[in-house]
Parts: sequence; structure tokens; C-alpha cells
Amino acid sequence: MSDDHDHHDGNADHELRVSKIQDGTVIDHVRGGQALNVLAILGIDGSKGEEVSVGMNVPSDRLARKDIVKVEGRELSQDEVDVLSLIAPDASINIVRDYDVVEKHRVERPAVVEGVLSCPNADCITTDGEPVTSRFEVLDDAVRCSYCETITREGIAELIDTN
Amino acid sequence: MRHDHLITSKQLSRADIETVLDRAAEIADDPDAVANRHANAVLGLLFFEPSTRTKMSFETAMKRLGGSVVDMGSVESSSVKKGETLADTVRVIEGYADSLVLRHPKQGAAAMACEFVDVPLLNAGDGAGHHPTQTMLDLYTIRENAGLDDLTIGIMGDLKYGRTVHSLSYALTNFDTHQHFISPESLQLPREVVYDLHQQDDTQIREHEALESVLPSLDVLYVTRIQRERFPDENEYQKVAGEYQIDLETLEDASDDLTIMHPLPRVDEIAPEIDETEHAAYFEQAHNGVPVRMALLDLLLSGGETDE
Repeated sequence: MSDDHDHHDGNADHELRVSKIQDGTVIDHVRGGQALNVLAILGIDGSKGEEVSVGMNVPSDRLARKDIVKVEGRELSQDEVDVLSLIAPDASINIVRDYDVVEKHRVERPAVVEGVLSCPNADCITTDGEPVTSRFEVLDDAVRCSYCETITREGIAELIDTN
Repeated sequence: MRHDHLITSKQLSRADIETVLDRAAEIADDPDAVANRHANAVLGLLFFEPSTRTKMSFETAMKRLGGSVVDMGSVESSSVKKGETLADTVRVIEGYADSLVLRHPKQGAAAMACEFVDVPLLNAGDGAGHHPTQTMLDLYTIRENAGLDDLTIGIMGDLKYGRTVHSLSYALTNFDTHQHFISPESLQLPREVVYDLHQQDDTQIREHEALESVLPSLDVLYVTRIQRERFPDENEYQKVAGEYQIDLETLEDASDDLTIMHPLPRVDEIAPEIDETEHAAYFEQAHNGVPVRMALLDLLLSGGETDE
């Protein structure tokens, strides 16, 4: 059933680099180099004492290099998973309770994300203090503002509205 | 045509476009027949940036349908100056008018504004975004001069910021057209527009930096102003500006039937010597704004019913 054999089945060295958690979420198969953006999306900066383990650029059969984020004591909401899917479309979410994975699923990219990203186009009406919630259509490899129609392919993580 | 608002030409099908153009032709043939058709209707004009032709043609169109207009006036003299949001402005003015026309410098302004009103809202230009009513009068002019199918059209000038270009190219995908885009590299179509055009299976588009190679094949040449202010370097502007000016010498290799259009105002893209030739359709194009906008207002105010 597991499709992350590169992590759990075959390579104990990689397992050791990121220790097991008791309760929480393991976000696996994050594209290499995106782990810190994942933490930013989750609002985790270490200031609240969160217990977090991060593996970056570890070998992966599926992605060649992947990141892994383990968050102790926190199960992700669907909204959080939706946003994660924008920068980590291949990620799998493992919910861990008492050291066992009790739920495992791949992220699915939503058709639309609302109130999550800020439009990078300075001439977009949504950047002008209007009482409107940002809305982006999610394309195969990009997001598109539903108002000004600007397409963003690179740097989507930088659009995440952390306010 | 049954739409609550007209925000982008992308929302229009071929049937929608033909309904508007046919209605405009009926109105142009017999304007007296609709002289009192909307006698009690009020059109709200919200122009957040300067406009002469679009604003005056909407005003004329509404008055020729028997209706009247209320005008927000200049931004400097309005509540916008006090910091009112666009969302609030349109919500207030919809209480005064049966339909709204919005011109705004921000992209997506009309798409956002229509979420706040129940009366029909027409996008009269939103930044570098869309200008669908201009497109309808462009299509009307093209149909009158060259037909809309089996058409080869060149669209030249500032394609990056030219909202009339974006709207026209989308609308033309409903017809059997070859579209050639001619511009300096720095003013090519935005990737969003190219993306959309490539989503249309039957659309054939090509991009060029020079007019010469494509000119002989064109039925229509749609010229827009290369905007000097868009260039960070005056020298860069001077390098390209001369390449995109049309005079009689330029047209030596053009078809005798070539129709030249321009949304106006022009500066020096089309030499005055072209005005008296059979090629020039830009003043006719501007005049077509009235019957076309009458048709659009009539259809929107009537909920799509065309019966007298």
C-alpha cells in the first residue's frame, strides 16, 4: 500500500535522519527545497515551541530529491493540505497517532483557492484595498488570479498570504 | 444573448456576437425604431480614468434609445478622492441607474465590481485587461469590410498593454481566422493571452517583429499606438517606433482590399495620407460605436429580448 518505499521500506539511513513522531503529521514527498515553504504555509517558525523535524534533499525514487516535514502534535486541516498542494503537488500526508500511521493520503490540487494567495500583479484590483477575497484558479503547473487573470508559475509560495 | 454583465469578450459565443452585431445593423438601418425603447432607463457612467470616445459613445447610445445618463464625473471631484472603495461606489450608483458602465485603471476591476451589483455592468476598459464593447464595434467594422470567416488579420503595435487587442483576439477565436501579432519583442502579447489563445483548438496565431513578411496576406490590419511611455529608454522606443508606422509606401505590397483599423486616438502610427484611401476604416470604426453600444444596452436592459 505504501508508495513511499524510498522512505520507509528500503533505506534505513534516511529513516534515521528524521526521527519518528508520536502524534502528528508527516508530510512526505515534498519537492526538494520546498520544506521551509511548507513550514511557512503552516505558520510554523519555531517561536511557539513547535516540535518539527525536517529532512531536505534526501534521495527519493519518485522525485530524485525530496523533502520531509514532520510536525509533532498537529494534524493538518483540509484547507492547509489544499494550500500545500500548490507548492508540493506530489506530497503525501501521513497522520500519526501513537507512532503508527493511521491515515495516509496524497494531496489533491483544488480547482480554486480562495483567500490564500495575494496577486503579484500590482495593477490588479485585489491589491487596491477593496473588500474582496482573493481567488485563484489552480492550473496544471500554475495559478491564475480570477480577477486580473495573471498566471504565476514560479514563486507561488511567495504569494501565500500569511496575514 | 442572455448575460447579466459584459466583463470580457471571452464570455461571448459566436451566437452572442452575431446577435449583437445583427441587432446593431438593424439599429443602424433604422435608428428611429428604437428612439423611445428605453425612455425611462438611466445609465450610470463610472469613468475612473479619462475617456472621450468610449464615454461619449455610451452617452450618445443611451440617449438615442430614449434614456438618460448619470455621470460620476472626474475622480478628482468624486467620493473616490475621499478614499471610497470601488465596491462601495458601484453599490451606491446602482441605486440610481438601471445599468452601469465602468472604466477603471486596475485590471480585474469590472470582474470584481459586478460581484457587488445586481444591475447589468459593462466593462469599458480595466487597465491592461479587457475592453469588450470596443471589440464588438471592431467586429462589426470587420464584418462590414472583410467578413468574419476565412479572415487573415494582423494586429500590430503595443500588444502587451493593449486591452483592445486582448479582447479582440479572444473574440476572433469564435471565427475562422488566422491571427498575426506584430510588435517589438518588449511589447508582445502577455503570456496569459497567449495561454488562452492556445487553449482554443482551431485558433491559429503567429507572432512577428516585422510587418513586411505578413502584410501581403492580410485582409485586415489592426493598428494600435506604440506607447512611448512604456519604454524605459527613449532610444529603445526610437529604434522600433519607425518600424510600426503605416504610410502609402508601406502599403505597396498590401492587398487592394486591405482594411486598416485603429481604436484611436492615433499619434503617428498611420500617416494622414492613408485617410483618403479605401483602406482606412478607423473613423467608420469609431462611428460604429454608437449603434453597437445601442445594441448592447438594448439587449442587456431587455434581458436578451430583441422583440420591439
